[in-house]
Amino acid sequence: MNDTFEPSTNFKELPILKKPEEKVYWRSMDELADSAEFRTYLETEFPSKHDTWLDPVSRRDFLKVMGASLGLMMFTACRRPLEKIFPVNEAPENQIPGKPVFYATALAFGGLAQGVIVETHEGRPTKIEGNPAHPDSLGATDVFTQAAILDMYDPDRSQSVVHRGVVSSLDSFVRALTPELAVQKQTQGASFRIVSEVTSSPSLLAQRAAFLKAYPKAQWIQYEPLGRYNALQGAKLAFGDFLEARLNVEKADVIVSLDSNFLDEGPAKLRYAREFAAGRQLTDGRTTMNRLYVVEPCPSITGSTADHRLALRASDIESFARELARALNVSDVAAGGALSPEARKWVNVVAADLSRSRGSSLIVAGDEQPPVVHALAHAMNQALGNAGRTVSYASSPVAESATGWQDMQQLVKDMEEKRVDLLLFVGGNPIYDLPVDVELARYMNRVQFVARLGLHENETSNLSHWHVPQAHALESWNDVRALDGTITIAQPMIEPLYGGKTPQEFIALVLENAHSAHDLLKDYWKKESRVALFDSFWQQSLHDGIVSHTALATHQPNVRSGFAKEFSAIKGDVEIVFRPDPTIWDGRFANNAWLQELPKPISKLTWDNAAYLSPAMAKRLNVENGDLVSLNYKGRTLDVPVWITPGHADQSLSITLGYGRTKAGRVGDQHGFNAYMLRTSDAPYFDGGLTVTKKGGSYKLVATQTHHSMEGREIVRAATLAEYKSDPKFSYRKTDWPEESETLYDTAPKLDEETGWGLTIDMNGCTGCNACIIACQSENNISTVGKDQVSRGREMHWIRVDNYFEGSTDNPEMLHQPVTCMHCENAPCEPVCPVGATSHTAEGLNQMVYNRCVGTRYCSNNCPYKVRRYNFFQYADDSTEQFKFMRNPDVTVRSRGVMEKCTYCVQRIQEVKIEAMKTDREIKDGEIMTACQSACPTRVITFGNIRDKKSRVAQLKNEPRNYAMLGDLGVRPRTTYLAKVRNVNPEI
Amino acid sequence: MAQIFSRNSNPLSRLLIALVIFTVLGGLGLITAVYRSPYMNRVGVPPEQPVPFSHKHHVQQLGIDCRFCHTSVENSSFAGIPSAKTCMTCHSQMWTNAQVLEPVREAFRTNQPVPWVRVHHLPEFVYFNHSVHIAKGVACTTCHGPVDHMEMLYQHSTLWMSWCLQCHRHPEKFVGAKAAVFQSNWIDSRTQDLNMNIDLAKAELPDGNSLQTPEDIRKALVKHRKIPNAMSMTECYVCHR
Repeated sequence: MNDTFEPSTNFKELPILKKPEEKVYWRSMDELADSAEFRTYLETEFPSKHDTWLDPVSRRDFLKVMGASLGLMMFTACRRPLEKIFPVNEAPENQIPGKPVFYATALAFGGLAQGVIVETHEGRPTKIEGNPAHPDSLGATDVFTQAAILDMYDPDRSQSVVHRGVVSSLDSFVRALTPELAVQKQTQGASFRIVSEVTSSPSLLAQRAAFLKAYPKAQWIQYEPLGRYNALQGAKLAFGDFLEARLNVEKADVIVSLDSNFLDEGPAKLRYAREFAAGRQLTDGRTTMNRLYVVEPCPSITGSTADHRLALRASDIESFARELARALNVSDVAAGGALSPEARKWVNVVAADLSRSRGSSLIVAGDEQPPVVHALAHAMNQALGNAGRTVSYASSPVAESATGWQDMQQLVKDMEEKRVDLLLFVGGNPIYDLPVDVELARYMNRVQFVARLGLHENETSNLSHWHVPQAHALESWNDVRALDGTITIAQPMIEPLYGGKTPQEFIALVLENAHSAHDLLKDYWKKESRVALFDSFWQQSLHDGIVSHTALATHQPNVRSGFAKEFSAIKGDVEIVFRPDPTIWDGRFANNAWLQELPKPISKLTWDNAAYLSPAMAKRLNVENGDLVSLNYKGRTLDVPVWITPGHADQSLSITLGYGRTKAGRVGDQHGFNAYMLRTSDAPYFDGGLTVTKKGGSYKLVATQTHHSMEGREIVRAATLAEYKSDPKFSYRKTDWPEESETLYDTAPKLDEETGWGLTIDMNGCTGCNACIIACQSENNISTVGKDQVSRGREMHWIRVDNYFEGSTDNPEMLHQPVTCMHCENAPCEPVCPVGATSHTAEGLNQMVYNRCVGTRYCSNNCPYKVRRYNFFQYADDSTEQFKFMRNPDVTVRSRGVMEKCTYCVQRIQEVKIEAMKTDREIKDGEIMTACQSACPTRVITFGNIRDKKSRVAQLKNEPRNYAMLGDLGVRPRTTYLAKVRNVNPEI
Repeated sequence: MAQIFSRNSNPLSRLLIALVIFTVLGGLGLITAVYRSPYMNRVGVPPEQPVPFSHKHHVQQLGIDCRFCHTSVENSSFAGIPSAKTCMTCHSQMWTNAQVLEPVREAFRTNQPVPWVRVHHLPEFVYFNHSVHIAKGVACTTCHGPVDHMEMLYQHSTLWMSWCLQCHRHPEKFVGAKAAVFQSNWIDSRTQDLNMNIDLAKAELPDGNSLQTPEDIRKALVKHRKIPNAMSMTECYVCHR
């Protein structure tokens, strides 16, 4: 053979045989096979250096490599390897291997409960679902609750007690703590401080009381960076007491939100979302809807679902509220600042609409607005006669945390003056998330003994002397209250993986009364419950997930007057707005890869935060998406990239908190920009006096959806209520439903007569909260891919929520559309697979057989909805032990080179079918729930047997609003949508 | 012009071509034979176990039902293998000091499992559910063979997909009476001896006495059990999720 490849003379003219620029010469196959590079390729079957594949390699060489490896690989891995199998030593009762067991518990968020039911396999929790019996869950979950399972199995969790950076033991910690406690006892705890997260746990609060009794001069501060202080202080202003307003959204016909993201923020958001969507149902012949007005600076989920949305700066919302209160004849309200003509018009129209709905209207103020706005909302509700009807009041389960911010500032002052000797943190991360002018970090070394109980060794643990690992909520015995006071006794799903301690156990150590978390909780409840048969009470409460009759009693308070007499305007042209991040919250979820990769509901950004501003402001600054600007506020500067957000209020710039962490873990570190560096304690949520200058340069921001145009196709169909009433079939297009004969293919699958699976998604209720995405990720073992791969469009979410904007860029209408695999009856992806890895079942599922797939990707090419996801690399982490526990054993974990997509949760369908087959019974409607369906708070996803005329999904598909997306392509999708209807007020 | 090829090039080339074809076919045949041999699929080859547990002794001679140890076979996808405590229910009182049982006693003492070698193991991309097969009348011995004759357990069936499809395409050939599912007498389905347990099957069917041939009885069983048709049972998602 020659040294070089020379094309024979006959083919010189053909361009395809021109030599490539980089000449790689191979003498023979053997030489190729024996080269060192090739040997290393063989050894690392899944090369981690993916960059090599980004280098241009000629097709010819690629085929040569594959050919050689084929020859060598023929005789490996034919023989089934022998594996061991290990039985349990003593089989536990009620555990059948292979069948999951479900337990009820609750996770606390901001101190208040989210009731859940957790699916466990062989003693390991694998999936979280909502608890239908819990008042603030009603069977649904939010993104944080779904992602909590990944938090529990986070490999970066702290696994041992750490003392000054060295691994230590709990005994050493107790030995070091005891003399400090002895010293404190002598001074009645004058220099003793405990800082915990906000809690409503009766047992922990009892321990707090015991602590303050043992150390009367000590303090126990409850602090969260994004707590509900404004709401509590607002209630204090209005009623004189720390009350919670519990909304009865289902009874409200007109709802006004003053910068309140109540459908996606707050402890009872799932309930509010459910009731809100129920009030907008147009199925089964209903023709009335509630109406939502939202006034807010930056687009939020609630704003996107609103019938009318006004983009108003955060600092102008108080003025709006004042004007609205005056229009509703609330007394003693001083006028606010100047409002734009549009805002003035809104005040009049909204006031008129509210006045027409006395007793069935509702005004909600957002947690990011100052207390006076909350008090005004209470006053307006009272003036409209809503109190007791659409809103009721009860004591707050977290009332004792209302002064948390002031307490933290006092603490730092005390630390500065060396008046604190013993400081204990129970969870939380104040070093990272305190306002920048509260300099906790600076004075940490003035405290003699600092210890922290935490899930991770985060920024605060880094500056503490001792770190004790905390048990995750899924590993803990705990009790926690819902917003209305209903108590859940939370039980662990698994023993603490790393021997972590619950807050109750930790405080018990401090109180020198060490017991296990179980004993502490049970003893407390034995005393408190005062029931005759404690054991049955205990079992029943654990089984149900709630303790019955523990809701706090409602009050009928009267609104005081005089709290709104004075108004001081916020000065400055441009305001800065600090918001919790929709997926990272205050930073606590920074190390959760699912949440980092979850596209934010409005901006669709992943892995970073940005400064959001209006298109007009971006034009003035001459910036594009990703361009860096310098934010100058109160003498501090932060450089952030911008993200142009249609619908954002002008002269206002918002930035979400929770990014820029330094000690979150391998996932969370060094992502995004730390907005806490600008946040000050006197203006935690918004302030004027911001100067924005273009810095030059840009930062790569990665969003999963960068253009929000439907490009003339009717992907999401919407109309006003009046249009719907005059023409209920406004979304029907004959071209969507082509005749069956309109196909060239003769390979239409033979479909079963009795069973056919289908799905409907009601666009009228979808808020775009993204809970379905995380639920699907958790149920189907979907991997994350990282920022770089997301920038190439390779995120693996089987369900995505698309956002479309319609109208002007200043205040567009936003439409959310969840998109799953449509399981087309005439699927374009099926005929093109060369190996038959995707085919159709008689029941209508487009099934995906991973072991046949060779990775041609023709199916994804052909899919008009682009719902097929390809594993370009080995995205699934198959080495980290914790993830092996976490994964759902009923779903294959896909390897590199395999296509995957939504399967209508075929494992859930099969589970129910098998059970039904074993007992020869029919499958009931609603018995099979897909993961997205069960997580959805607004219950807009309905799955079932479309051939069963009585099933809910068949009824919904007969609704006049039912339409098929891209139905004119003739694919006959099994997932159809119900068009969105807006209850528009013609006066605006 | 001089001849390039000698006279015997013709037969030589013919021989060579035949040889090449023979080698290629022979090679493929050899590979296939090796691949289908017990060396590769482990049929009939009992692996070495930490404890020489004899199914023949326990099932045939002592008459213990399958479910005494494999407890979850009627409820779950996984049949279950017995915990050390199950073994100790008897062996705490008999053969208490036998040397062969030392690993079991040690496991029970130290709370470490006995490291059994897995005989029947489907690849990870296959989902198999025992309980539904039991519910539909597939006897344990149909797939697992004459377990009651096995001193050391070996794999009786290849467990290949083609082998599974034999039944999934023609369930009436393998489904039997429900009362016979856990009986240890094994029917060699290859010889198609359909007369075993036919009375039990007749008793189970509502109109069993009117049926004459074993084929009719088995077909009636399939219908009575509402076993889906071959089309539904051979769809990919049934086993490959």
